Amino acid sequence: MIINLSARELRSLFQSPLAWTLLAVLTLVLAWLFLVQIETYLKIEPNLISRSSEQGVTDLIITPLFDSSAMIFLLITPLLTMRLLSEEYRTGTIQLLLSSTLSTRQIILGKYLALLGMLACALLLTALLPFSLLFGADVDTGRVFASLLGLALLISSYGAIGLLLSSLTEQPAVAAVGTYGVLLFLWIINLSNQSELFGWLSLANHYRPFLSGVVNTGDISYFILIIGASLLMSMHQLVQRQGVGNR
Amino acid sequence: MAALIHIDKLTRTYGDRCVLDGISFDLQPGEVLGFLGTNGAGKSTTMQIICGTLAPSSGEVTINGANLQNDPVTAKSHIGYLPETPPLYSEMRVDEYLAFCARLRKITPNKIPQAITQVKQRCGLESVGKRLIANLSKGYKQRVGIAQAIIHNPRVIILDEPTSGLDPNQIQEIRNLIKSLASQCGILISTHILSEVQSICTRVLILHQGDIVYRGAITPDDQHTLLVTLDGGSNCDYLSELAGVCLVEQVNKQQFRIQLSDTTIAADIAHAIITHGDRLHELRADHSSLEQTFSRLTLEDRNQ
Repeated sequence: MIINLSARELRSLFQSPLAWTLLAVLTLVLAWLFLVQIETYLKIEPNLISRSSEQGVTDLIITPLFDSSAMIFLLITPLLTMRLLSEEYRTGTIQLLLSSTLSTRQIILGKYLALLGMLACALLLTALLPFSLLFGADVDTGRVFASLLGLALLISSYGAIGLLLSSLTEQPAVAAVGTYGVLLFLWIINLSNQSELFGWLSLANHYRPFLSGVVNTGDISYFILIIGASLLMSMHQLVQRQGVGNR
Repeated sequence: MAALIHIDKLTRTYGDRCVLDGISFDLQPGEVLGFLGTNGAGKSTTMQIICGTLAPSSGEVTINGANLQNDPVTAKSHIGYLPETPPLYSEMRVDEYLAFCARLRKITPNKIPQAITQVKQRCGLESVGKRLIANLSKGYKQRVGIAQAIIHNPRVIILDEPTSGLDPNQIQEIRNLIKSLASQCGILISTHILSEVQSICTRVLILHQGDIVYRGAITPDDQHTLLVTLDGGSNCDYLSELAGVCLVEQVNKQQFRIQLSDTTIAADIAHAIITHGDRLHELRADHSSLEQTFSRLTLEDRNQ
């Protein structure tokens, strides 16, 4: 049942020009950044060798690439998630799902799975860039895999938050703007040093360790917590929309 | 036999506004129940509650023996629902959409193609299977919506204004379809069109301001009540003195409603009027009893 829903959703995502445009823009921008990093690296390489520096391609090309992909995904994910539920509310197709034997949990999970499928494609495109360096350079593959895991968890959290915001409104644009707001805020919340809590809440603080190759259960649980909480709240919101609370 | 839908003291409030005020009714197998009411009377709300897309504020809904609150999966599996706006994904093709709905309704995969062919044939969709739903006309979209509701042969079919937006021929086809479906299941339809209720429903409920104000069977056309239109202005007192006339009621200047005795037929009256030397403009059986009931019950408050 969940698969049926996800398959339909994924198909409709890929039938719309939006998904293709976003994938194209993502690839173009990341490839450009990647080439610029390589160029800079080639320029300073003799210098690095003469100083017998410890830094290699992984530090100087791949880590900056993953750093910028986090921002680029922040820009494209809300556009992918905005329609997930708000469009169903607006066109009334949610009635079809609610009157079928699907539970709200299945509806939310189905939608989320479809989104993950889409994000997996985007992640795969991103992963091709660092792995292309394997042809001519000494790449720390362990660290690349750690970074990929970090990015996967990060964009899954983006997606879950986007789904939650989409469950709150009938207007896709409102959902998108709301998602941008929440994600940016979670990204920059660590700029204030007032409290430990702000640092702990920050997406950036939990993402950066992955880039230096540190895979930490604390960071993984943070992302899983965000995903779980967002999905639960979306399910709750879907139930709430049926007016259960309005007695 | 147990009722297909059993509704007990259903209420629904939005904030302070009470949309449904403790309504109760049953739907029996083989019945086509017409749901009438002015705009905002609570028809769609009731239907949404029965289909599980809206939670009631209080009250119980039992579908074919399964309680909707405690066992929603079983209860919902018996229902086919067409909401006011057909729930269509415009970027899908008709066949794809129906296949999606069939899987959503848990039809076993090897029976899906057969179910789709059957439902397309029933709803007259054979020629549009490969077309995008976005490009279909309103009438075809409505038919796809109906197809979606009956694809899994549900015991209970709930149609919210099924004939809106259709041309007269399509309306006739849909009415025939509804009649043919009624033999196997119970159907609840809401409509504004009184003649529609008269032609397809076996029973009618009139809903007004969240309450059921009338429930009754649709009687076959009453051959003993006639509406006659005569020349205006002429002295019409003679009507009540004609043989076989029990009661005369003046509708307007030209029109009269005549109650006949059991042994008199319309032709006798026509003959009598002509013989009397009056000019007969129209004579027909009176279908307006439902219409009268409807206006009497739903206009009351406005006239007060």
